[in-house]
Amino acid sequence: MTTPTTDVSPTPPTPPTPSDARRSWLREHSELGVCVLLLALGALVLTDALTMDVDITQRGPVGPKTVPIVVGIGLLVIAALLAVDVLRGGRGEAEGGEDIDLSEPADWRTVLLLAGVFLGSAILIEPLGFPVAGALLFWGAAFALGSRRIDRDPLIAAVLSLTTYAVFNNLLGVPLPGGPLMGVL
Amino acid sequence: MDAFNSLMDGFGTALTPVNLLWAALGVLLGTAIGVLPGIGPAMAVALLLPVTYGLEPIGAFIMFAGIYYGAMFGGSTTSILLNTPGESAAVVAAMEGNPMAKAGRGAQALAAAAIGHFAGGLIGTILLVALAPTVAELAVDIGAPDYFAIMVLAFIAVTSVLGSSRIRGLASLLIGLTLGLVGLDQMTGQQRLTFGSLQLADGIDVVIVAVGLFAIGEALWVAAHLRRSPGEPIPVGRPWLGRADVRRTWKSWLRGPLIGFPFGAIPAGGAEIPTFLSYATEKRLSKHPDDWGKGAIEGVAGPESAASASAAGTLVSMLTLGLPTTAVAAVMLAAFQQYGIQPGPLLFEREPELVWGLIASLFVGMVLLLALNLPLAPVWAKLLRIPRPYLYAGILFFAAVGAYAVGGEVIDLVTLLIIGLIGFGMRRYGLLVLPAVIGVILGPNAEQQLRRALQISDGSVTGLVNTPFAVTVYAVTALLLIWPLLRKLATRGRERERAKA
Repeated sequence: MTTPTTDVSPTPPTPPTPSDARRSWLREHSELGVCVLLLALGALVLTDALTMDVDITQRGPVGPKTVPIVVGIGLLVIAALLAVDVLRGGRGEAEGGEDIDLSEPADWRTVLLLAGVFLGSAILIEPLGFPVAGALLFWGAAFALGSRRIDRDPLIAAVLSLTTYAVFNNLLGVPLPGGPLMGVL
Repeated sequence: MDAFNSLMDGFGTALTPVNLLWAALGVLLGTAIGVLPGIGPAMAVALLLPVTYGLEPIGAFIMFAGIYYGAMFGGSTTSILLNTPGESAAVVAAMEGNPMAKAGRGAQALAAAAIGHFAGGLIGTILLVALAPTVAELAVDIGAPDYFAIMVLAFIAVTSVLGSSRIRGLASLLIGLTLGLVGLDQMTGQQRLTFGSLQLADGIDVVIVAVGLFAIGEALWVAAHLRRSPGEPIPVGRPWLGRADVRRTWKSWLRGPLIGFPFGAIPAGGAEIPTFLSYATEKRLSKHPDDWGKGAIEGVAGPESAASASAAGTLVSMLTLGLPTTAVAAVMLAAFQQYGIQPGPLLFEREPELVWGLIASLFVGMVLLLALNLPLAPVWAKLLRIPRPYLYAGILFFAAVGAYAVGGEVIDLVTLLIIGLIGFGMRRYGLLVLPAVIGVILGPNAEQQLRRALQISDGSVTGLVNTPFAVTVYAVTALLLIWPLLRKLATRGRERERAKA
C-alpha cells in the first residue's frame, strides 16, 4: 500500500486547456484516491475471507471468517460513502501543528528523501551494525530536513547513536547488532 | 478505608528509590516532550514502548504516567510562549496565556498554568482513588458480552465524537481493524491476510503500528510542510504569582477539575472539550470581563486545571474497564498488552501492587512536577529553540530503534515505514489516527469476546444483550450515534418556530 497523495504536486501556471481542467479537477478531488484505496483494501479483505478454507477446527457458531467479512463489507461501504461525500464537496481537513505551515504546497522531495534515508539505514543495519546505521539515519534525515552543518551534524549523530546503543544493549538488555565497529572497540 | 490502605501500600511501592527514579525520569521526559513542538504525549509514550522489553511493568507504567502528566504540563508552556499549540488540549492555554506573555506577564501565566495543573491533577487523582475501586467492584462480574459492548462503545465514540467527519473516522477505524486482522486467528489458528508469508503470520506488532502512525507519520507530514521560520518564543523569567493574582485564580483552579474529570472518564476526546468548557465557564463567572482576550489569568488557570484532571479521569476508564478514551490511554493499553496484563475490573484484584503503585506515583509525580517546573521554566523555554531538522531526525531515529528492538528484524523497519506512509496519507486527508490505533489494539480482543459470547449462547444473538450492563452500554452507544441527528432536529424545530413568529 502507498499513499494516494502523488497527484497534488504544484504545476506551473499555464493557460487552461481541457486536459488542464481535467487535471485540476483531479487535483481538487484527489481524495477520491483514498476511496479507491479503501475499495481495494475491502476487496482484498473480502477475497481473503471468502477463499479461506476453514476446516473442522471451527468452534462455536462464529468462525474466523465472520469478522473479516464484516470488516471487508464495511470498507466497501465506507469507500462508497466517502466518494459521495467528496463529490458533494466534502473535504478532509489536513492536520495542523506547531511546525506545520499548510499555506505552502507539500514538499515532496523532502518526504521522498527521508523515506529513502530510512530504507537505506534499515538495509545497512545488519552489515554495518546499529551504531553506524543509526548515525547515518540521523545525519541523513537532518540533511534531508535542511541542516547543513558538516562540522556538527555527524558528531551529534554519532554520539546519539552510540549512547542509544549502549543504553539499549547494556542497560535495558535489548540486544542490538554492534557490527564490525563494535567488534573493533 | 480500604482504598486508603491500598493507597498507602501503593506509596510503599512508589517511594522505593528505583520507582522514584522512574517517576522523576518520566516527568522530566514528559515535560521536555510536552515543551518540544511536534511531539505529543501519545507519540512520546509510543516511542518509549520499547523500554517495556527491558523494564519491570511497575517501573514502566510509573514512567508512562509521569510522561502523561508531564507532557500536559509542558504543552501549556509552548502555547503560552509560542502561541502555536500543537495538542488540542493546549489550544485554550494560548488564548489568554499568549496575550499575557506578550504583555510581560509570562511568568504569571506559567505559574497559573503550573499550579492549575497541580491542583487539577491532585483533585483528579483523589477522585480516581475514591472512584476506581468502586467502579472495578461494580464491574467485576462482567463477562464476554459486556466486554464486547464496551469495545463497541469505544469504537463508536472514537469515530463519532472526535473529528469533524464520521465517515473519515469510520474509515480510519476500519483501516485499524484490518491491520489487527493480519496474522493467525487466536481461536482457531487460521491464517488471515498473511498471503502465505511467515512474517505476517505473527501479525503486525502493536508497537510498530503505534510508532508508525504516531511518530513516522507525523515526522513525514511535518517534513512536507515544515514552517520555514519557526516562531520566536517570548523570553520569560522564573514563574511567580502575586497575591492579587492568587485571589483571582484560586476558585478557577478548584472549578477546573469538576469539569475536566468526568469528561476524561468518558470517551469524548480527552482534554479538548473540558478545557473549552472551563474557559467558557471562567469567562462567564469572571469579575474582570474586560481582560478577556487581552490576558485574563483565570482563562489560563481554569482550563489547565481541567486538562490535568481529565488525565486522571482517563485513567479511571482505562484501569477499571480497559476502555481507552484518549490516544495516550490507547498506547498505554498496548503497553499493558505487551506485558500480558489485561486492564479491567480484575486488575485491582490481580495486580494490586501495580495499580496502587501507579496511582501513588501520580501524587509523587505531581509534587515533582511542581517542584521542578517552577524553577526550571526558563530552561524548558530554551528547548523551544531546538533546530527543527534535529528534532524530526531524532523522532525518526528513535522510531527506528523502537521498531527494530521489537524483534531485531529489518523487515519490521520496512513495515514501520509503510505504516508511517499510511499515517502520512491519513493526515493529508483528514483521517484521524486515533481510531485506527484503537482499532488495532481493541479489534482482536473485541472479536474474541464476541465469539466467546456467541459460543456461550450457542450462536443466538441474544447472548450479546443478556446482561443489564451490556444493555446500558448499548443504550449509551445508540445515544452517541443519534445525538447529531437529534441536535439537527432540535435546531430545525427551533428555526421553524422562529419562522412562524
